[in-house]
Amino acid sequence: MADFDVPKFREIPIIPKLEEGTMEHSKPYVAKADFQQPLGYPGELVDNWKEVAIDKMGELLGKYRSFQVFLDACVKCGACTDKCHYYLGTTDPKNMPVGRQDLLRKVYRRYFTFAGKYFPKLVGAEDLSEEVLDDWYSYFHQCSQCRRCSVFCPYGIDTAEISMAAREIMDAVGKGQKYCNEIIGKVFKVGNNLGLPQPALENTLEGIEEDVEDDTGVKVRYPLDEKGAEVLLVTPSADFFAEPHVDGLIGYGKVFHEAGISWTLSSHASEAANFGMFIGSYENMRRVSMRIREAALDLGVKRIIFGECGHAWRVAYSFLNTLAGPFDFLDPNYPVPQHICEFTHDLIKQGKLNLDKSRNDDMSLTYHDSCNVSRASRMGDTPGGQFSIPRDIIRASCNNFYDMSADTIYDSTYCCGGGGGLLTDDLMELRVKGALPRMEALKKVVDEHGVTHMAAICAICKSQFAKVMPYYGFTLDQIVSVHQLVSNALILTGQKSDDDDDDASDED
Amino acid sequence: MAIEVNGKTYETDEEGYLANLNDWEPEVATAMAKEDGTELSESHWEVINFLREYYEEYQIAPAVRVLTKAIGKKLGKDKGNSKYLYELFPYGPAKQACKYAGLPKPTGCV
Repeated sequence: MADFDVPKFREIPIIPKLEEGTMEHSKPYVAKADFQQPLGYPGELVDNWKEVAIDKMGELLGKYRSFQVFLDACVKCGACTDKCHYYLGTTDPKNMPVGRQDLLRKVYRRYFTFAGKYFPKLVGAEDLSEEVLDDWYSYFHQCSQCRRCSVFCPYGIDTAEISMAAREIMDAVGKGQKYCNEIIGKVFKVGNNLGLPQPALENTLEGIEEDVEDDTGVKVRYPLDEKGAEVLLVTPSADFFAEPHVDGLIGYGKVFHEAGISWTLSSHASEAANFGMFIGSYENMRRVSMRIREAALDLGVKRIIFGECGHAWRVAYSFLNTLAGPFDFLDPNYPVPQHICEFTHDLIKQGKLNLDKSRNDDMSLTYHDSCNVSRASRMGDTPGGQFSIPRDIIRASCNNFYDMSADTIYDSTYCCGGGGGLLTDDLMELRVKGALPRMEALKKVVDEHGVTHMAAICAICKSQFAKVMPYYGFTLDQIVSVHQLVSNALILTGQKSDDDDDDASDED
Repeated sequence: MAIEVNGKTYETDEEGYLANLNDWEPEVATAMAKEDGTELSESHWEVINFLREYYEEYQIAPAVRVLTKAIGKKLGKDKGNSKYLYELFPYGPAKQACKYAGLPKPTGCV
C-alpha cells in the first residue's frame, strides 16, 4: 500500500530514538510562476534570494514582536522535544519543535544578533546557504502549525508562528509551496479552494435538497446567494464536495430549518478555509477574508456563522474583525462570527431540536479535538467551551461516547497529521507518520470501549483521517462529521417515519 | 513531465494530471491506468465518461455525492455509493478517476 514503512503502534508510548535525516527527502512540490504571481510573489527563486530572505526576516522581526521573542527566548530545556506528532512518527530530530525552530534561529542569530555576527560558532549561528534553504523548505513543510508544542513550552514559544514566518520568507524569495498557493489563487479567482463555480454549487445543493426530501419527506432548503437571508453560512468547500463532510452540511441545513431561521450560502465567499494563514501572509489572509465581508454586505445578512473547519475558526474567531471588520452592520446581539456548533448547542439547550439518540446506536463515538479550534480559539461564553460544546452536541445526539486518553485531547490534542497546508498527496509519507499518536489513542478506545467512529469538526481532519486510517487498520468511513450525527438523530417537524429507511444499508 | 501514448507525447503536471484537458483521448486514460496496474473495465468508463460530461458543463469535477447519485441512477442503487467507487478507484474516486478522465486534480481540503 505504501512505499514507506507505516509506523507500528507503540505498546508503551516511549520517546523514539533519534534518527537523523530520515525525513530530509520529504518536500512538497514547489509552486510554479502561475501559482506564485497571483499572490504577489516572484515566480521563481530570485537571483539575490539571500538578500531578499534576510530583508524579509528583518521586516517580520520588526512587524511581529512575538516572532523575535520566540527566536530569542528558547533556553533548550527540552520540554517540547517529544510533543510533536511528526517527531513521534518520523523520529527525525529536525521534527522536534526546538530542532525546527533552530533552523530559522541559527540564521536569525547570524544576521541579527551581536554574538552571532561576531562569534557565530559560539552561539550556533549559521550563514544562510542553499543547504539551509533546502532544510527550511523540507522541515517547515513538516509542521502543521498545530501549536501542541507551545502548550508545553515554559516560555510559550509558538513554533506555528515560526513556521508561518519561514514560509513567508520562502514565498518572498520565490520558493512557495504548490498546494497552498494554487489553492489561494483559486479562492481569488473562483471563490473557494476547490474551484467550484456558482453553477456547480447550485447543482450540488439542489441534489442535496432532493436527497433530504427523499429521506425525510420534508423540504429542507440549501439556499445559495439569497439576498435578505438572516444568516450567511461560510463553510469549507470540502463540505460541498467530499465525504463525510457533506453529511455535516446536510446537518447544518436541517438545524437551520428546525430553528426557523433563514440562511444562505454565498458563491462569492464559498470557502471558510483561509490558507493565507498557513503561509503566514497577512495580506493574502486579508484578501481571502474580505470576500466574506463583501458577501455579507451584498446579501444583506444579519449574522455570519462558520461551518466545521478548524483553522477557519481560528481566523474567524481571532482575526476576522481585524482583517475585514468592522462588522457594525451585523446584529450585535449575536457573536460575530458564530460557530455552527455554538448555534446548534444553543438550540439544543433551548429544547428546540427533537433529537432521537437511538438513531445513532449503530455507532460508538469518540471525538477528535481539532488543533486550531482547541488551542487558538474558543466557543460559547465560558472557558473551555471549544471542548465542551462539540462534546455536548455529540452526547445529545448519540448514546455511546467515550473520550480518548486525557493527554491526547482538549488542549493536548494531537494534530490529525494533515493540517497547516500539508494535506497533499506529495506529503503522504509525512501525513501517515504524523497521524501515529492520534491513531494510537483511537486504537485504545476502540479496544477498550468498542468505539467504532471518530467525529471531528474540521474539513482537513476529516479528509486526512479518511485517507490515513486505512494505513493503520481502520476503514475510511470511520471518520464522521459532528453535524452528521446531529443530522442522523434530528427528527424534523413533519418528518415521515423511517421504517423503510435505506440509509442504514450504506453502513453494511 | 509527460506521458507517451502510441508515440504521441502528452504534457502532464508533476502529479501526472494532463496539462491540457483538450489533449485527452481514451487511450490516455488506458495508458495512465496501466501505469497504476489497472485495466479499465466498462465500469471504469461509466465513471470516466460521466466525469467528462459533468466537467464540460460545470468546469469542475462533480462532488462525490453527485457522482455516486448519478452512478446509482444509471447502474442501480447498489452501485450508487462511494464504496463501489473506491473498489473501482482505490486511490480515491475524486483524484484517480479525474486523472484518467484528463481533468485537473481537485484541490483543497479533500
